[in-house]
Amino acid sequence: MSVTETNNTTLFKYILHLADNALILGQRNSEWTGHGPILEQDIALSNITLDLIGQSRNLYQYAAALYNQQSLQTSDAIAATAIKQLTQDVDEDDLAFLRDENEFYNCLLVEQSNGDWAKTILRMFFFSNYQFLLYRELLKSIDSQLAAIAEKSLKEVTYHLRWSSEWVIRLGDGTEESHHRMKLALQDLWKYTGELTIPSEMETLLVSGGIAANLTNIQPLWREKTKEVLEMATLQIPENNFFPTGGKIGRHTEAMGYILAEMQYLQRAYPQSKW
Amino acid sequence: MHNGTDKSEIQKIWELLATVKDPEVPVLSVVDLGIIRSVDIEKKEGDKTTLHIHITPTYSGCPAMDVISIQIRMTLLEAGYKNIEIKQVLSPAWTTDWMSASGKEKLRAFGIAPPQYKVGAINQSTLFAEEKSIICPHCGSAHTQQISEFGATACKALYKCLDCFEPFDYFKCH
Repeated sequence: MSVTETNNTTLFKYILHLADNALILGQRNSEWTGHGPILEQDIALSNITLDLIGQSRNLYQYAAALYNQQSLQTSDAIAATAIKQLTQDVDEDDLAFLRDENEFYNCLLVEQSNGDWAKTILRMFFFSNYQFLLYRELLKSIDSQLAAIAEKSLKEVTYHLRWSSEWVIRLGDGTEESHHRMKLALQDLWKYTGELTIPSEMETLLVSGGIAANLTNIQPLWREKTKEVLEMATLQIPENNFFPTGGKIGRHTEAMGYILAEMQYLQRAYPQSKW
Repeated sequence: MHNGTDKSEIQKIWELLATVKDPEVPVLSVVDLGIIRSVDIEKKEGDKTTLHIHITPTYSGCPAMDVISIQIRMTLLEAGYKNIEIKQVLSPAWTTDWMSASGKEKLRAFGIAPPQYKVGAINQSTLFAEEKSIICPHCGSAHTQQISEFGATACKALYKCLDCFEPFDYFKCH
């Protein structure tokens, strides 16, 4: 592959990584719609999820345009049969619903099961903290479309971070039961937070080109904010230093297969179906 | 280059666009909301003249945006324009600061409290804060309380009035 081809493919996969994070978390959160503990919070989480899906749409649209304009179908950008078989330009829906598990580049955190409300809002806090810092870094990207998407998304993620921080504090510094559930949630999810700020090879490549967000800048700020909110919530950061990775290169936990089976069933059973 | 005829044609197109309403809040037009960024006419031979409309989404996931795009296209097609290119431009990001004063008045008359502050005036990151003294669109009291940050749509919050006891939607500053 030529240098340009490699660069285009790397950028394409980076955009997919950002989009997949938003889509898979959106898909997970949407499992709560209609089942929230109280009505106003069911609505709140659903609206946050709508924002996430909107972000993924903007990113998939950009990725699709790149794929079509740079003729990436002749490269190894995507190997999935269902995409390779398409005879026309790919669009946002093709990218979301016809890729296979090993070509989704979301972090492991977002595919974890929802658990109870404590686990869900704690996941939202860890992720929103990361997304806020990530989009703020991306404002500086030399890729103007990524910077524009980041600018748009940052406004909404500011709300997400505030909402989830408040819930972590409410439940952590709440009753004995809510505090206990938060401790369990923390034990469960902490190991997946490492991957958020551990750069993959494609990110390292794109940072040197001024395109991707530099996770090295983000890591200490993420830790600082996390410490601040957990302390207010009377919760302790776990001692654990084992942080599994793999999501960013398409190696997922068992949960991912089930998510895609549900999310992609209709589009694969009825190809070219229209809404 | 625009001559006198072009200017009034662009003006006519803006007036047409002002008839395209927000499907969720039908008293507001896409012009009131600040969704239309720009209108340009690219004059070409025969009937190839193309309209270029740049729009901006309000919230990333707003489900009304697809419907709005379709309605813009339909309105312009019905007015006789054959070639219409609608492009979504994300930057600079849409803000409620772009909402017109008449738009805000229409919201209030419809029963939705309009955005009350300039976006820069509030720190969006402060924990446990809420936008204070939102005026009740029913009775005009500032003695109101937030029930939920998110209402029936992403752009609205749910409030209640502590004087007349009516609930109301508040179009959030964004």
